Amino acid sequence: MSKKISISINGISYEVDPEKTILEVANDAGIIIPTLCYHKDLCVAGNCRVCVVEVVGQTRLAASCATPCHDNMEILTNTLKVRNSRKHIIELLLSEHNADCTKCYKNGNCELQELAAEYKIMSQDLIELVNHKNYTIDMYSPSIIKDDSRCIRCQRCVRTCAELQGVNALAVAYKGDHMKISTFFEKSMNDVVCTNCGQCVNHCPTGALIEKNYIEEVWEAISDPEKHVIVQTAPAVRVGLGEEMGIEVGTRVTGRMVAALKNLGFDSVLDTDFTADLTIMEEGTELLTRLKKALVDNDPKAKLPMYTSCSPGWIKYIEHMYPESLDNLSTCKSPQQMFGALAKTYYAKSRKLDPEKIVSVSVMPCTAKKFESYRPEMHDSGYRDVDYVLTTRELAIMIKQAGIDFKKLPEKKFDRLMGESSGAAVIFGATGGVMEAALRTAYELVTGREVPFENLNIAPVRGMDGVREASITIEKPLEQWSFLDGVELKCAVAHGLVNAKKVMEAVKNHEADYHFVEIMACPGGCLGGGGQPIPTNPEIRERRAKAIYEEDAFMPIRKSHQNPEVIKIYKDFLHKPMGEKSHKLLHTHYTPRKRY
Amino acid sequence: MDHTIEYISELVKKTGRKREHLLPVLQGVVQRENCLSDETIIEIARQLDLPTADVYGTATFYSFLETQKMGKYVIRVCKTITCAMKGKNQILLTIEDMLKIGIGETSTDKQFSLLQTNCLGWCHKAPAMLINDEVYTELTPEKVREILSEYIKK
Repeated sequence: MSKKISISINGISYEVDPEKTILEVANDAGIIIPTLCYHKDLCVAGNCRVCVVEVVGQTRLAASCATPCHDNMEILTNTLKVRNSRKHIIELLLSEHNADCTKCYKNGNCELQELAAEYKIMSQDLIELVNHKNYTIDMYSPSIIKDDSRCIRCQRCVRTCAELQGVNALAVAYKGDHMKISTFFEKSMNDVVCTNCGQCVNHCPTGALIEKNYIEEVWEAISDPEKHVIVQTAPAVRVGLGEEMGIEVGTRVTGRMVAALKNLGFDSVLDTDFTADLTIMEEGTELLTRLKKALVDNDPKAKLPMYTSCSPGWIKYIEHMYPESLDNLSTCKSPQQMFGALAKTYYAKSRKLDPEKIVSVSVMPCTAKKFESYRPEMHDSGYRDVDYVLTTRELAIMIKQAGIDFKKLPEKKFDRLMGESSGAAVIFGATGGVMEAALRTAYELVTGREVPFENLNIAPVRGMDGVREASITIEKPLEQWSFLDGVELKCAVAHGLVNAKKVMEAVKNHEADYHFVEIMACPGGCLGGGGQPIPTNPEIRERRAKAIYEEDAFMPIRKSHQNPEVIKIYKDFLHKPMGEKSHKLLHTHYTPRKRY
Repeated sequence: MDHTIEYISELVKKTGRKREHLLPVLQGVVQRENCLSDETIIEIARQLDLPTADVYGTATFYSFLETQKMGKYVIRVCKTITCAMKGKNQILLTIEDMLKIGIGETSTDKQFSLLQTNCLGWCHKAPAMLINDEVYTELTPEKVREILSEYIKK
């Protein structure tokens, strides 16, 4: 750490790190400076200029997000000049922005709107340019809607797509007043290399990029007395939903979420965690089978490392970018789709319901799951396996529309049959969770003993480093797994597609010889998903992760194979992991797609 | 398209495969083909290992890198203030009348495209226009008719 320097903000002196920007120092000092293009996840762009401050001795105002502090700097954040400039900048942005706020999906949750409210933009002195620009709305993607008329060209989405995801589906095109955020040849998001991860949606300050919402469709299904509407909720939703309801970040609201869903009128409130446990059974068995085929039978078709397949953003990414590695992907469907396939078969049969009358809704922290539910191969139940996918944000909207006082709700429990889960399933919501859950079960299946980590917490795979490696040596396995004796099982965990790329390149160049790799498309895993509450930033992700691991620690059952409902479904219906029924309902195949 | 792929490969061999070599490659292709089609951009992206959206973004940023099919001769009339004051509109009308195309359009025989451009640096001899790389200055409607007649004959 270099020596501290002294600066003053609004006449008060501070000792600060010289590498910090004016914005960071001011925030540390409790002084709020408005921002738009700035985001803690992303590199500095400095293009919106709304964060300007006065630096004494300079005639021009400085963008505080892009200006480093230097010794004896005198900064003024609240002068007439600063306030007027900011107000003028907001007016300019609004003149190019479709500010028909009451008809915008982001109404009430828009950073530009908040600033306009704060600076009381009451008049319209500038010519409105929106009408002259011939904007179109792209709504062909089942996940994401892109409306250029609401775009302020802050380029957060471009930086997100490049820096966090390494996908670069969005870029800056044209220049000057024609400048816009564009895909390749302005094609629809549905037709380009877009993974539907929704990180751009989560990072957009306005309504230019939003999720395609299915709220009305779900309301309609609920109010149809003919339909039996079931809902499944992903693990990460229960640690994010509270934020939308004005509850502190990192609060677990599982019980209240279930109560709210029941109040909304769903006929049965079930848990994706149940199929997360099932995923572990299937994926764990698949891994062990692959290991046997690769290590004992030398079967060239058994590809290692095996990549997890829970994250639909990651699936679309590998289909586009590394189609040659699709055989390395686990064939397991994501928990959402396993649930969907079972809902209209196992659940329908057990509850004596006509699968045609079941409407299967899922609540996900994810926009890519919307696309996933539309995949043509996801009809294994004979019907569309999952009918509607809602994000955490959409569920919050429905709860508010229904007039439910979320904070005061009594906690309720998930309904039975596909509602029970283990701690191993809950941690699916955090990066490293699938790996940890799989190891808890696989190690025990192979050795008959619990994983040798304190309280079953496999610390090396936890945390927020982009790529994490862990290895576990198998000692004294049970007889049928004797070929694994002394084998060091090498694992890696990556989150954020830019880190997935690192792992893929390392494997491709033979720099890494992993057996099992977990990849989640979004930073932090599902808890930082594109469908989670806005804002999401590094600090918020940490707190959601903490909540996830708490939830796990408090669960009476911590390992997937001990989930009684999982044991029951294998006994009554599926018979065995990777069996014939499992193959039909729980496994899938992938489609190579174009990289360019 | 095969010829284009070959041509791009040769260009890339000469310039290199780094990001900073994108612009010379784009320029090279435009020089030969007059425009950058989606297929060409995909091929350039593939050879330089860049995202297609980025290549498209770069191409659209520069006025002289066209992403739409252009005629054999691209006419660019200067629209900036000096040329405008010295009768650029008369020049435009003459061209439009003669070639039966508007601004941004290409003639049906694919010979001519008409565009406007920012300052060409010929203010002292305004109004000015470019036809491909050739500059024509101190234009009058008569002069334009003469110049275009020559091109039509070609």
